[in-house]
This record gives sequence, C-alpha cells and structure tokens, in this order.
Amino acid sequence: MAKTTPKKRNTVLVTGISGRLGRLLTQDLHRKYRVVGVDRRPFMEAPSDVTMHRVDIRSRRCEDVFRTHKIKAVVHMNIMHDPRQSDEDHHTFNVIGTQHLLDYCVRYNVPKLVMLSTANVYGPNPRNESYLTEDSLLMAGETDSSVRDLVAVDMLCTTFCWKHPEVETVVLRPVHICGSVHNAPSNYLRLPTIPTLLGFDPMVQLIHERDVVNALMATLRPGARGVFNVTGPEAVPLSAILSALGKPVRPLPHVLFEPLVRTMYRSRVWGFPPRELDHIKYSCTVNGTRIHQELGYSSQHNLNDIVTMFQ
Amino acid sequence: MSDDALTTIAEKLEQLAEGMRDTLADPELDRRLVSLDRDNINEFGFDSFGYSPSYVKQVVPVATLLYRHYFRTKVYGIEHIPNTGRVMLIANHSGQLPVDAAVIALSTLLDAHEPRMVRSMVERWVPTLPFASVFLSRCGQVLGTPENCRVLLDQDELLLVFPEGAKGISKTYDKRYQLQRFGHGFMRLALEKNTPIVPVAVIGAEEQAPSLYNWKWLAKQMGAPALPITPFFPWLGPLGLLPLPVRYHLHFGEPMHFEGDANDDDGTIGRMVKQVKNRVRDLIHTGLNTRTSVFR
Repeated sequence: MAKTTPKKRNTVLVTGISGRLGRLLTQDLHRKYRVVGVDRRPFMEAPSDVTMHRVDIRSRRCEDVFRTHKIKAVVHMNIMHDPRQSDEDHHTFNVIGTQHLLDYCVRYNVPKLVMLSTANVYGPNPRNESYLTEDSLLMAGETDSSVRDLVAVDMLCTTFCWKHPEVETVVLRPVHICGSVHNAPSNYLRLPTIPTLLGFDPMVQLIHERDVVNALMATLRPGARGVFNVTGPEAVPLSAILSALGKPVRPLPHVLFEPLVRTMYRSRVWGFPPRELDHIKYSCTVNGTRIHQELGYSSQHNLNDIVTMFQ
Repeated sequence: MSDDALTTIAEKLEQLAEGMRDTLADPELDRRLVSLDRDNINEFGFDSFGYSPSYVKQVVPVATLLYRHYFRTKVYGIEHIPNTGRVMLIANHSGQLPVDAAVIALSTLLDAHEPRMVRSMVERWVPTLPFASVFLSRCGQVLGTPENCRVLLDQDELLLVFPEGAKGISKTYDKRYQLQRFGHGFMRLALEKNTPIVPVAVIGAEEQAPSLYNWKWLAKQMGAPALPITPFFPWLGPLGLLPLPVRYHLHFGEPMHFEGDANDDDGTIGRMVKQVKNRVRDLIHTGLNTRTSVFR
C-alpha cells in the first residue's frame, strides 16, 4: 500500500473516523485521497496509509492536526447521539466541537467542508408534508431536547455555508442509515422481536450505509455545495419493511406504552427518550431529488438489500 | 387473549371477507376498480404517500353496500367531472364524521361514466389517530398541505378539497347548510397548476349526526378539532358515532376555470373563492329545494 503514487494526493480530514460509517468511508476514501482521521476512540485495523490522531474534537490538540497537515477537505461526522451520555457531554461534544471545527476551517483555509447531519432534524411530526425539501423547517427540537443539539449543529453548518462562501460547505441529511452502524434505526431492526405502536404505520425511508458513503464521495467533488437530503429506496410503510424482514412483531397500544416509557424516562429507570417513539408513529419522509439533480447521486441498494442485512 | 385465539379470529374474519367478496363479485365493479391502479406503485404495492390499490379494492365492495343501501346515494350532474386530467372538487363539509368524503369518492368510482379515483385532503389532526390514519392513508387520502396538493395535481389526479375544513364538519345543527369561511389555499393552487374546479354540494350529511353542542374545551384537552354532542354521542358510546341512515344527494356543478397570479393579494383571490362559494351555495339550494325528505 505504501507505494509512491505519481500524483500528490489531496488530504481529507475525517472526524469521527472510528465509527462504523467512518471506517466504511475510509475504505473508499483512502484509495483516492490521503486520509487523516480524528477520533477519541481507537481505529482498529485501520489501513496503513491512514494517519490517525486520537484526540477529542474539543481539545486544543485538534487544532494541531490542522497545523501539521495541509488539509483540502473536512468530512465532519463526529456527532454523538446517545441517550446514555449526559446532556452536557452531548452539547459540548456536538455543538462546541463543531464550532471549533468551523473556526479551524476558516483559520487554516480549508476549501471544503462536508457535514453529515440527519433527516431527523426535520422531526417526525403529524403535520409534516409527505416529502420535506431542504428548505423545510427543522422541527425536531420542538419536542425533543436531546435532538435540539443536532438541529443546532445542522444550523451552524448551514449558516456557515452562507457566512463563508470561500469554504465550499455541504450539509448532508440522510434518512435512517441502516447496516452495521450502531444507530437507533439499525438497532431497532436488529431486535429479535420488533415492537410497533398499535394502529400506527408511518411511511419510512431507509438508506443502505454504502449509499451514504457514495453520497459523501459525491460531495467531495469540487463545486458541490449546499444542503442535500439523501434518500435510498422509495418510502414504504413500516409494516411492509417488517413483513419483508420476517421477524416477529409485537404491536403495543400506544395509550399504555407511551406513558409507561415517559414515566420510566422521568424516573431514570430507562434511558429511552419517549419522543423517539414518534419515529414509529409519524412519518418524516424527505424529498431527495436535489442531490440527484445537482450531484448525480443515486441510490444503488434497494430495500431487499437493506432488509437482508438484518435477517 | 392468547395469540392462537387471535389468529383464529383473524382467520375467521378473513374467511368472512372472502365470502363477502365472492358474493359481491361483479364484472362491472371489477372494470371500475381498474381505475384505482397507478403507475407509481412500488414493488411493495404502495405509492409514495402510502396509498395501496389492493387495499382499496378490498374496501370498496363493502363500502359500496353502504353507499347503495344505507345512504341510498343519488347523484346529479356527475358528467361535469372531466374524464381525464387534473381536477379539483370543491365541496361543502358536514356531518361530524367525514362520510361525505367517502360518498363523493364512491360516486366518482361507481356512478361516473368514466370511473375516477378521488384523492382527498385530510385534516392535520388525522395522522395522530391510530388506525384511522393508516386506513385513510392506504385509501389514498393525503394530508392537506400545499406541497402534497401540488404533487397530486402534477400526477393529474382528481382532488377533493373541503375549503371549510374542520369548521364546516363540526357545525352544530342550527347552522346546517350554512357555508363557513372558505380557505384561499385551494384557489392559489388551482391558479398555479391551471386546474379546473368542479363545485359539489353534499345534501344529507348535515342530518346524519345532528350536533347540539360542540364541546370545544374538552376537544382542546384531547387535541381534537371538535367534540360534538349529538342525541346519540357520547351517550351510546361508539355506537353513537354511527351516522343516521339519511339519503345522500350529490350535486355536481359545471367546471369553473380561473386565470390569474397564484401569488396575488388576498382580496383578488378572495373574489375568485367567493365565486366558487356562491356556486356551491346555489347547488345546495337547488338540492334542498328538490329534496322531499331527509330519509327518502
């Protein structure tokens, strides 16, 4: 792997590289670019040409990474959303960390910034349009304080896109990412028996983790900038996904289940935020045509590919 | 109840439905049901809004029985609905439960010369309801936001809009057949998408559940748009929700065409909305004058 390449490769900094998605992205990325990784977690079995810095994004040592490397692009996916972590940790890690990163981009003349947000910033809401566009309001923080930081980070980056035209900023809002990743939708589909809310069957959009990597690669092309929803296969009702999955489904009456989860959350018996239930109650489907038209991205994996990963 | 008992009940119900479908088998109905198919149905059998043609095909035979024998619907002027292309049906809303939407949808499917499927715009409250939200969504009903409306018009669908919204459907009995304030959104969309408007008057729905009082305070506590107190509801429980066997009369008017700027000020749009409102009101008056009895 250490063969000298004839052309000098551009350096891409990936924050949060040790996550599952970061590792997947690295597999594709290190073939085209020199990859520098930043994460507080170790990166096991990293490709040998990846320079890894085990620093916390909030620490000053993170700035040293910008100083020592001539960074041509930053892929920012160092966003944490874990109900087990404290609110304070969430806030400093996500919001303050992103703020620092944006500062470094300006200070060290990084020409490109790609931020991986999520379509959840629109929030599952009974009043949602069927297909939310990139201009729709970010309503997720309305009811769910733990998502408020994610909305704040998304807004920080979209504002940054306007404030600093010299940095090509891309904000990606993918729908529920599925695969080996450890996020709520994938964990939900991995459950042996899948709970649903009786009488609710929202439209759900899933995306294969590989498709997200493809979208991220597409945004690294020069000229790409702006906010993009990223969608995979077409939206289908949750029940259709679950029947394709073939696992036992346990419908729970929401009138009993919701107050139960809320009480357990308030009394700190169970850390599951009750508002997360809205994802299996209301639709939050987005329109993904912009990224297709402007960047030529299209999804390569259909729903069967996604479902087979969880069988 | 054990799972076995539940599955047996489900199987029994399925057999019953199967039997009912067989007795209702009708080649003419099958021909009409073809109009429910769409090109944009994915491999799982749904369109992007969650509409499932196969689901509706199972609902229609049962709904037809209610349409023909319970509400004994009479339809006038249905030839005014264009056979193809985008159309907006603008109707008066009444009856506490949106049976009027179902009756209009069945009329265009069963009684129009060329069957057409209606996509109606539902209240923002509906997605919070268990079962009802899923049922309406599978039947092709869509949350009434402008963007959803645009998508459907671009697909050349037949749209049903009740511009009075919740204010119309939850009127008390003393205000029957009095049109409430019309929203302007439908007119802006009709102008933007160059859509003909067919006015519709629904006669009969006002008497199906005469509301004596709208308990707004409790409705607000429940997050509902209205809570009607009728002679039967809530006294008889869920049974009190059953609409009375009134006869439905549907009067369709000639298509109206409007031209102008969709982003014009409220005054200009309001004048066009008023023309539609007046047409609906005229149709209501004709309908009430020709009707001899509520139930006959």
